[in-house]
Amino acid sequence: MISVLTERCKECGMCVTVCPTKVLEIGSVRNRRGYRYAVPAHPEKCIGCRLCEYSCPDFAIFVEVGAR
Amino acid sequence: MAVGHPLDPYLRTDRLPTMWCPGCGLGVVLGTLLRAIDRRIREGRLRRENVAFVGGIGCSARMTLYPLFDSAHVIHGRAIPFALGVKIVKPKMKMIVVGGDGDIAAIGGNHILHALRRNADLLVVMANNMIYGMTGGQLAPTTPRGLYTTTTPYGNPEREINMVRLAAALGANYVARGSTTHPQLLEQLFYKALAKRGLAFVEVLSTCPEIFGRHIDFRSPVDLYLELRKRIVVKAKPSVEESDYNWEKGFVIGEFVDKDEPGYIEVYLDYLSKALEKQPS
Ligand SMILES: Cc1ncc(C[n+]2csc(CCOP(=O)(O)OP(=O)(O)O)c2C)c(N)n1
Ligand code: SF4
Ligand code: SF4
Ligand code: SF4
Repeated sequence: MISVLTERCKECGMCVTVCPTKVLEIGSVRNRRGYRYAVPAHPEKCIGCRLCEYSCPDFAIFVEVGAR
Repeated sequence: MAVGHPLDPYLRTDRLPTMWCPGCGLGVVLGTLLRAIDRRIREGRLRRENVAFVGGIGCSARMTLYPLFDSAHVIHGRAIPFALGVKIVKPKMKMIVVGGDGDIAAIGGNHILHALRRNADLLVVMANNMIYGMTGGQLAPTTPRGLYTTTTPYGNPEREINMVRLAAALGANYVARGSTTHPQLLEQLFYKALAKRGLAFVEVLSTCPEIFGRHIDFRSPVDLYLELRKRIVVKAKPSVEESDYNWEKGFVIGEFVDKDEPGYIEVYLDYLSKALEKQPS
């Protein structure tokens, strides 16, 4: 399962770029600071590599492998 | 349903979001370091209360602000002597120095020389974003030749410093270079470094999209990340001679030195006990 801590997200797009299966997108909703946070648009494609989690500079996204 | 990020137990979450610009690589450096520390703690190789962070000044040194460990934020360039002072008084501590290329290789250059020469028992993490980020983008000794910064509007004419070569030449037990573009490899380097006696030096190539990126036309975090990733050459066991640090030829990452010579603390404590024996009563 992919979780985004929306208030920590800074819309940098790193997770979107590193995801090998294009699970993530920048959404259209803004957080309190005005950043449009990342959303798991295609969670069914997730292979659980956790590259998004490792490459997020803001501790804003994490993946629990096995959990749905 | 999980409530928090897996690193939250190691973070001062009340200080988040960080002060760093969107997409700044420094958060990746800190995250991988905390993951490596977590592995060592869970293995029983490290006690949480014995870990402390020390940083000087700069965006990179600000990494000391967020970990939920003891930490000190000291004057520019002086994190190494501060950390070594603590280590001498409390040898059980695992002292982790975090700083930028400016903090460690420029203003702190003299301190890193002698810490390396002494094989001082410290983990030194130098986040190298190739510029002085915090103060507006001045040339750093690590800025690659030809690149633009605020103070080199016609391109950098100077030769760059290769800290891997320096650390190896002065005899550190462990010398590695990683990159935020390869975070899982970086975690492995930190994991190794955390178990070493003597000095472990890990240079991490990182991205400063806001300032470095702006000057060289890769202002978006993703563009600068992709540009750096293109220039990274991963080698399994590279020699020090292969430690290329070159914008055109690329940057070799990997483990360059892995030795196990006595560190400064052992040498010093041994010396101290001999001196005490010889003291007339
Ligand atoms: C004694 C002293 N000299 C100069 C400064 C100004 N200063 C603050 S941060 C910095 C450079 C930091 O560069 P680096 O270590 O590469 O960190 P970055 O911000 O790029 O992460 C300088 C020169 C200072 N704070 N103290
Ligand atoms: S874990 Fe891997 S596949 Fe899944 S969203 Fe993250 S980067 Fe994409
Ligand atoms: S990498 Fe992190 S901060 Fe950047 S867009 Fe993704 S979740 Fe947000
Ligand atoms: S100025 Fe550069 S190094 Fe400093 S926080 Fe911003 S992107 Fe990061």
